[in-house]
Amino acid sequence: MKRLINAAPSRVSAMALGILPFVLLLIIYSMGSDARLEVNPNDKLLPSFAQMGDAIQRMAFEPSKRTGEYLFWQDTLSSLTRLGMGMLIAASLGLVIGLSTGALPLARAGFSPLVTVISLVPPLALLPILFIVFGLGEVSKVALIAIGITPAIAREIQRRTEEIPSEQIVKAQTLGANTAQIFSRVLLPQLLPRLIDSVRLTMGSGWLFLISAEAIASTDGLGYRIFLVRRYMSMDVILPYVFWITLLAFLLDLLLRLANKRLFPWYQ
Amino acid sequence: MIAIDNVNKTYGDNVVLERVSASVQEGEFVTLVGASGCGKSTFLKMLLGTEVPSSGSLLLDGEPIPNEPDSSRGIVFQQYSVFPHMTVLANVLAARGFLQPGITGRLWGKKRAQALGDAKALLLEVGLEHALNKYPHELSGGMRQRLAIAQALLDQPRILLLDEPFGALDPGIRADMHKLVLRLWKQHRLTVFMVTHDLQEAFHLGTRLWVFDKIRHDPDAPQAWGATITYDLSVTEVGVDEYQKMQEDLGQPIPPFSLVS
Repeated sequence: MKRLINAAPSRVSAMALGILPFVLLLIIYSMGSDARLEVNPNDKLLPSFAQMGDAIQRMAFEPSKRTGEYLFWQDTLSSLTRLGMGMLIAASLGLVIGLSTGALPLARAGFSPLVTVISLVPPLALLPILFIVFGLGEVSKVALIAIGITPAIAREIQRRTEEIPSEQIVKAQTLGANTAQIFSRVLLPQLLPRLIDSVRLTMGSGWLFLISAEAIASTDGLGYRIFLVRRYMSMDVILPYVFWITLLAFLLDLLLRLANKRLFPWYQ
Repeated sequence: MIAIDNVNKTYGDNVVLERVSASVQEGEFVTLVGASGCGKSTFLKMLLGTEVPSSGSLLLDGEPIPNEPDSSRGIVFQQYSVFPHMTVLANVLAARGFLQPGITGRLWGKKRAQALGDAKALLLEVGLEHALNKYPHELSGGMRQRLAIAQALLDQPRILLLDEPFGALDPGIRADMHKLVLRLWKQHRLTVFMVTHDLQEAFHLGTRLWVFDKIRHDPDAPQAWGATITYDLSVTEVGVDEYQKMQEDLGQPIPPFSLVS
């Protein structure tokens, strides 16, 4: 018998072990749901899978009686647009700031303290200010995500820039490169995959800011919907929505990971 | 070509180099040896332009050496000398591109074709013709250093600086690299400065050998005195006595006298 620390599962058993907790969770849930529904068929806390299926059928495949929209898809589109725009702005700003503070001693002296201080402000505390300045529309939600994520990406990119061996910068100079060429040919191409990595890492916070902003002031979106139906205790809508948000987050992460692998074969 | 006159380098109270003087002619192959922390790498950095002397003068053709690196002095470091995100061919091409003015230094049309030809010829010379489209992480340590050398040589710098370039390589590969460096040095009429830990290598490659060491020691304040060039010898003309004395001073085995001369 090997020591526990040396015992490794085979491929198949590793997969089985990975799936097991999900199966157990499903079983426990459906047992709980059955038990509660047996006592009270109108119980809303633990809806059955059939009830959730009905809810999704209603939300996703039947036009809303009030607006004629397919709410589920409308919510998904609005949320993804906000998240995408926010993350895109944050990534661009973060790259520019991080690259210049990481590579130019003058920019570091000028901006680094500011970025550090801004990154310490809790973004949600700024949300009221954003609502006052930009109104309750799309801009304030996108701005919240951008403001919340930019400092994190900027600091990460600054660190990654500083990690690029100075030998490379010196070498480029001995080959005659000017500052702009060092940026465009040596630093930027090496930072792009690291930027994608840091977008992947900050995406979780991005969802957090998105759902918070939607919960507080919005007329559609995944976050808006689950907070709206909370009033009617519609767990049959909330649970599939949470599952859908999780799936979207997983797919976005997978997409970025594959893009990194595909676009930057030299990056490990 | 290079005149070094009474150069000192201090960091605060720490004296690294003191009263270093020498002059070097075009085409010499100078090897720099000495214990760790004796300032030989600092001296190389002064030639490179990333460090400046605290006092004294370091002249290249009568002008002070520029205080930042430029294309007159090529360098190969022990590692990280090549760009990991470019293929072998792109690494060498970049050397030509960086000579262009502009933001990206990319080459187009005729210039690109010309550079492509030169780059391929040089890569053939260093034995990398089969690896043109590989990335540096797919190469062995020796191949990476070959690439770094090719990249440094594409635009014919007058001076080539080597900072322990073979320190991380296996002995067998090292011998191949020695042949390569000697061949390129003659072919391209370079002036070479090479820092190394390995006396044998220094004797084998150099036409001139500098030993950096401290002349004066203060046991209570080891930083108070700096190192200087204690031996400056033409490798082809070393006498037996001098040779044995050096061996004692350095406490390091060096090749038998017969091999040197």
